[in-house]
Amino acid sequence: MRTILINGESHDVDVPDDMPLLWVLRDILGLTGTKYGCGIAQCGACTVHVAGQPARACQLPVSLVGDRPVTTIEAIGQTALGQRVQEAWLEEQVIQCGYCQSGQIMAATALLQTTPAPSDDDIDDAMSGNICRCGTYVRIRAAIHKAASNA
Amino acid sequence: MRKPHQIGPVLNRRAILRAALATGGGLMLSGVIPGLPGARAEAAGAFTPNAFIRIDREGAITFIMRHAEMGQGIYTGVAMLIAEELEVPLDKITLEAAPADTRYVDKAAGEEVTGGSASTRDSWIPLRQAGAAARIMLLRAAAARWSVPVESCVAREGAILHPDSGRSLPYGALAEDAARQTVPDPIPLKDPAQFRLIGTSPQRMDTHAKSNGSALFGMDVRVDGMKIGRIMACPVKGGTLAGFDRDAAMKIPGVIDIITLPDALAVIGAHSWAAISGLRAANPQWNFGRNAGVSSATLLEALKNASAKTGLVAKKTGDVESALASASTRIDAVYELPFLAHAALEPINTTLHIRPDSADVWVGTQVPIRARQEVADATGLPPERITVHNHLIGGGFGRRLDSNSIGQAARLAKQVPYPVKLFWTREEDIRQDQFRPFYYDRITAGLDDKGMIKAWHHRTTGSFVLARWAPEGLQNGLDSDAVEGATETPYAIPAQRNEAVQCEPEGLTTLWWRGVGPTHNVFVVEGMIDELAHAAGNDPLTFRRRHLGPSPRGLKVLDEAAKQSGWGRILPKGHGLGIALHYSFQSWAATILEVRVEENGQIHLVRADTAVDCGPVVFPDAVRAQIQGGLIFGLTMALYNEITFRDGQAEQSNFHDYRMMRLNEAPDIRVHLVSDPTAEIGGIGEVGTVAAAPALANAIFAATGKRLRRIPFVPQMNAPKNPENTGEKGA
Repeated sequence: MRTILINGESHDVDVPDDMPLLWVLRDILGLTGTKYGCGIAQCGACTVHVAGQPARACQLPVSLVGDRPVTTIEAIGQTALGQRVQEAWLEEQVIQCGYCQSGQIMAATALLQTTPAPSDDDIDDAMSGNICRCGTYVRIRAAIHKAASNA
Repeated sequence: MRKPHQIGPVLNRRAILRAALATGGGLMLSGVIPGLPGARAEAAGAFTPNAFIRIDREGAITFIMRHAEMGQGIYTGVAMLIAEELEVPLDKITLEAAPADTRYVDKAAGEEVTGGSASTRDSWIPLRQAGAAARIMLLRAAAARWSVPVESCVAREGAILHPDSGRSLPYGALAEDAARQTVPDPIPLKDPAQFRLIGTSPQRMDTHAKSNGSALFGMDVRVDGMKIGRIMACPVKGGTLAGFDRDAAMKIPGVIDIITLPDALAVIGAHSWAAISGLRAANPQWNFGRNAGVSSATLLEALKNASAKTGLVAKKTGDVESALASASTRIDAVYELPFLAHAALEPINTTLHIRPDSADVWVGTQVPIRARQEVADATGLPPERITVHNHLIGGGFGRRLDSNSIGQAARLAKQVPYPVKLFWTREEDIRQDQFRPFYYDRITAGLDDKGMIKAWHHRTTGSFVLARWAPEGLQNGLDSDAVEGATETPYAIPAQRNEAVQCEPEGLTTLWWRGVGPTHNVFVVEGMIDELAHAAGNDPLTFRRRHLGPSPRGLKVLDEAAKQSGWGRILPKGHGLGIALHYSFQSWAATILEVRVEENGQIHLVRADTAVDCGPVVFPDAVRAQIQGGLIFGLTMALYNEITFRDGQAEQSNFHDYRMMRLNEAPDIRVHLVSDPTAEIGGIGEVGTVAAAPALANAIFAATGKRLRRIPFVPQMNAPKNPENTGEKGA
């Protein structure tokens, strides 16, 4: 049994040490907003924040999370920045199928936390780890600029 | 994606409607929407409605929706059509997905299919008629209640008003009276000049939940008592399971069961990680069977050999042989398009609870009726005892038109008493995909001494997907998808012959892929047009304009794209512009793509301008989004994608070796809507994808002089030239 801190709440979970955080969130805690896309940290659909840093939950064993707080898409809207990113996503009508967008929003929020007014190059660097099969990239870029300018 | 019963132009169809009291009170308007599943029963005298509008006593309006939302925004588009005529705000309409259920469809009458870029086209007339009929019946109900002429009443924002007396009643208060009115016939529709919703871009209805993690895809289904299993099938089609290490798998914490099929096994656990770890420990062994020798080389050899023979003739005008014999310039080319995986980001998954007398299925599917039948076949249960709960789809692109994975899951799930979610890993999703066929196209064209095309002979060779999926849709053996975009080009060509040779690949299954026939054929046609333009010494834009048939809409999109892209401007070194013009899914589109190619062959996508005329535009922002996304989908393929085979197995397995375009590689994409609102309505979901590869090939030629006739392009930019198939010059 171990205790993990997810979206501000402590959870006692009885899972194997090597179980990636992704499956703990989805299958044990029912937080299905964090998606499985590739399992090898290639697509970014499972992006969460661990102690404020973006992390690929599919490659992060739960034993390495420790007592660091984890934030998922379900709670990112509770921060002013996260809410601003979600609103920009809706205003720019970014979303198509939506399966990757939890990860995109988490990656974008992490970028804006450290870089409040990102350049296109900053966006390229921060967002190129997140695949969108529907091809919403043009609008993701626009939405990040919009979220930055709405600060 | 193609609907087998809807080949050829979509007609402007009319809805057949009936009214009744809704369960619990209110108005239930049931409709047969022609072109949608269920419609064919009407001809036999049966009324089997396939669309429903319910207005309850509280005024809540529900549309029971038959199209699958895969990201294309169709939920919003159809709600706009109804809300426009019903005179209600868009946010007053709630959509429910129609289950595959005998209440909603007679199986014998047809299929529920979302595909063919046809959702808006199918709905354009009949759903507006349904909304208008409901409004007229509410007006009549109010007029009767107040004993005033119906002409003195108006419908506005979900209420009927009588301005003369200042009275008003909300729709909910009139719904039951309206249910007793006869359905108007004919049903007059609004003058388009009065549209207040159609042609605007409201907030999409499905996206709020997708921005906060609350939207539920099939993969996210959770049912009480549910276990989770990972499936692995023999990596060679036709092979069988030879053995596995049960003891090792059962030792993995959380593993509950291991179940098998002749060609697959599933390890079931308390959670996905137990299933994944358990399957790894089970280390399945396989008898690879008769297809173990299949490779990309054997598959290509079979296609080449098949392409040497005359195929089914799909179009023949003029005397191609003598026109070619007398041509001043002749180009002989082979174009090759690879096998492709769909690689939707949500991997294949199905959740089932199979009981002795009934079953529930939770899945995202484009074909809920087929899904239900798969479970019936696997379990022996009658279809009416099986409920399909359709879910959001994390990317369709054609893959969810097939239901084989649902049948596989049902054959496994019936072995256990509890509900179980059975999923494929990314690796399984790519290796076990039903692949877009490899196409091997021979094309020969000739120019006269004025540089005009005089002869055109295009023979395509590849799988006929329809022959497996719905063979009754074949026309004298021909799958029209094989030649869609090839027989009807934008150009006037005096002597033309199109042939298709069916050649089914050994050891794999084929399926449609975004853009279907046009994604294949427009690459060949627009590549060859570009080759001919250069052979004629013409600018590619001028050459196309000279050859356009009587198609003012084609000319309009071409000129608009040329203007917006700055065609003819002086470009920096290493840059090139490429054109693709096409008429697909009843929409005209011209795309001009700018690329920059480095000395080492590295390609950069700079910018795309697409001009589109898709007839009446319901939801302009969704049109732009589909063009943008469709182009990126097609450019990804053109740059990178190919599934290759060795020892009977797909060699690619995940995004490290089946590469996706990423944000830093995406071009700026500008969409220019120049639609003719009086034209027939066109589809849009696949139009961008169609343009991508030819625009890119032609741009690379403009930048480098290197002609690319084979997809994908990136490996050819870095590899030594293949003398057979990268002819910089014509023949």
